Amino acid sequence: MDSKQREKYWKENLKYLGILLAIWFLVSFGFGILLVDQLNAFKLGGVKLGFWFAQQGSIYVFVILIFVYVRLMNKLDKKYKLDA
Amino acid sequence: MDIQTWTFIIVGLTFALYIGIAIWSRAGSTKEFYVAGGGVSPLANGLATGADWMSAASFLGMAGIIAFAGYDGSVYLMGWTGGYVLLALLLAPYLRKFGKFTVPDFIGDRYYSNVARTVAVVAALFVSFTYVAGQMRGVGVVFSRFLDVEVNTGVYIGMAVVFFYAFLGGMKGITYTQVAQYCVLIFAFMVPAIFISLMVTGNPVPQIGFASTGEDGVYLLDKLDGLMTELGFTAYTDGTKSMTDMLFITAALMMGTAGLPHVIIRFFTVPKVSDARKSAGYALLFIAILYTTAPAIAVFARTNLIETVEDTPYEEIPAWFTKWENTGLIAWTDKNGDGKIQYLPGEAVEGRQPEFVEGRGAQGQRMISNASSSANELYVDRDITVLANPEIAGLPNWIIALVAAGGLAAALSTAAGLLLVISTSISHDLIKKQIAPDISDKKELWVARFSALLAVVVAGYFGIHPPGFVASVTALAFGLAASSFFPAIIMGIFSKRMNREGAITGMVAGLGITCYYIARFKLGWIGNPETSTQEYWWWGISPEGFGTMGMLVNFAVSILVSRFTPAPPEEVQGIVENIRIPSGAGEAIEH
Repeated sequence: MDSKQREKYWKENLKYLGILLAIWFLVSFGFGILLVDQLNAFKLGGVKLGFWFAQQGSIYVFVILIFVYVRLMNKLDKKYKLDA
Repeated sequence: MDIQTWTFIIVGLTFALYIGIAIWSRAGSTKEFYVAGGGVSPLANGLATGADWMSAASFLGMAGIIAFAGYDGSVYLMGWTGGYVLLALLLAPYLRKFGKFTVPDFIGDRYYSNVARTVAVVAALFVSFTYVAGQMRGVGVVFSRFLDVEVNTGVYIGMAVVFFYAFLGGMKGITYTQVAQYCVLIFAFMVPAIFISLMVTGNPVPQIGFASTGEDGVYLLDKLDGLMTELGFTAYTDGTKSMTDMLFITAALMMGTAGLPHVIIRFFTVPKVSDARKSAGYALLFIAILYTTAPAIAVFARTNLIETVEDTPYEEIPAWFTKWENTGLIAWTDKNGDGKIQYLPGEAVEGRQPEFVEGRGAQGQRMISNASSSANELYVDRDITVLANPEIAGLPNWIIALVAAGGLAAALSTAAGLLLVISTSISHDLIKKQIAPDISDKKELWVARFSALLAVVVAGYFGIHPPGFVASVTALAFGLAASSFFPAIIMGIFSKRMNREGAITGMVAGLGITCYYIARFKLGWIGNPETSTQEYWWWGISPEGFGTMGMLVNFAVSILVSRFTPAPPEEVQGIVENIRIPSGAGEAIEH
């Protein structure tokens, strides 16, 4: 693998990281803390939405984020033949 | 059969299982001792990480903290799970590719400096000892509550069991016992939770029960908010912490989690880089099962507590109340002399816990000497939430015994993981890498085993004689990890320009300012104690959240210093290039 390929692989990885970490930030710090009062105006079942994100929703999203990253990276590794 | 007999049987069986696994998975080389030979499957590693991560505090304390803190408790839920996203995306795969045994290994090699390595070793030892003392104490407490032995005897039994499998099996033994311990602890946590959710809401899934209505058709959280505001508490779903402080504490717990050596080291045990990512996902999934159930238990427990005790005459109180009163975890003082329990905002006692005195009061309640002047008459220890839940719900005795075994599994697995970090730091990072580099593998293995022995003894000592500050400074462990390791590792991977000078000054600055702040505002060791109260906090940040500031200082100082000092040598830049590419991780490098 030449250095150009490496560079491209790393850039794509960083792009995924940027997007996924933005979501990570949004559901926890965003929905759970910064926007909690605004979201609490809505309800999910019997739970105020902001409160739900702080105690339930953010955790579900975290789990999903990691498995999405696993899939994306496995594909990327295959594309660059790094899955050996 | 009574609870005692069931507890002996179930705890005895689980201990026999752990010891059996330890004998089966003995370590034959340092590689097996340090990283389980690098051959653990991602699923098994995920299970082991779950057990390693969830301590006695998570198992016994989590639901209780949330029950009594309401929305404010969210910082722990998000903080202690969100860190795994950072681990999976920013740390674990690259450290696995790097392929050595410890965090100080990475810091030392990446920053081509034994000074950096030593700073990392000291930080790793400090973080791990702070943490492990609490675990050994936890083992003792669980033993004393369920098996009726002295707390100290409980600590000795715990030391003996942990030592047995840490000494024999090292990481390999610990990994496979942790897999078993995860199964025990999650089963023990979920069974009562499912029963209670079913009883309260008619839905067996606690996470759904949380958002449902009770028998009276009112949503549980609406009802709890109503009950609490009526009594003058802040509504359960509203917080009392400032938004800034919520942000800082959550961030400190997340970065701290991602920087804890005993968590990071688990990802050295899987065969490939892609396995490291996957096993972080499994780990968080297994942790999330407990962490999303805890808020549901918290709501059930808090509602139940208020409904059962508030304005109830002491004579009509259920049996569990007096039972826990006898253990000292509940205390009631009839301040207004009406014979009824008033559960209101404010602390019921002066100081941390009730001081009991001889004799009984008019209603037969235990008397305390340090009742406060507030109108609140009831003291409830938070740990009771998980411990007493099965009894409050009237579940069978074997389930109560199961909770004891679960609490022990949680405490033992975390203690073992921490002890391994301590022994590895001594035998590998200090002796092999710095004092006696030409020591043979066989000798190093024995040194590792004796370091484990030493670590168990020291941890046991702290468990029996807990230093006054230990209980209040778990925050310290997270703050220190967040302000030292996290930035150094992240920049070691994502910046080729980061050099020795930057990393060392950054770690020292981050650690220094965090230690100062905690000593100043949490422990009151420095400065005028009168100015160490909340209104003097810098920018309203609590000591628990200050690790985030320490981390920012670390990043800022590192970047600044590295700009004015020479770039790292070619071969170090080569290391960085190499860890970014997942292929060819092969086995953990022998050296």
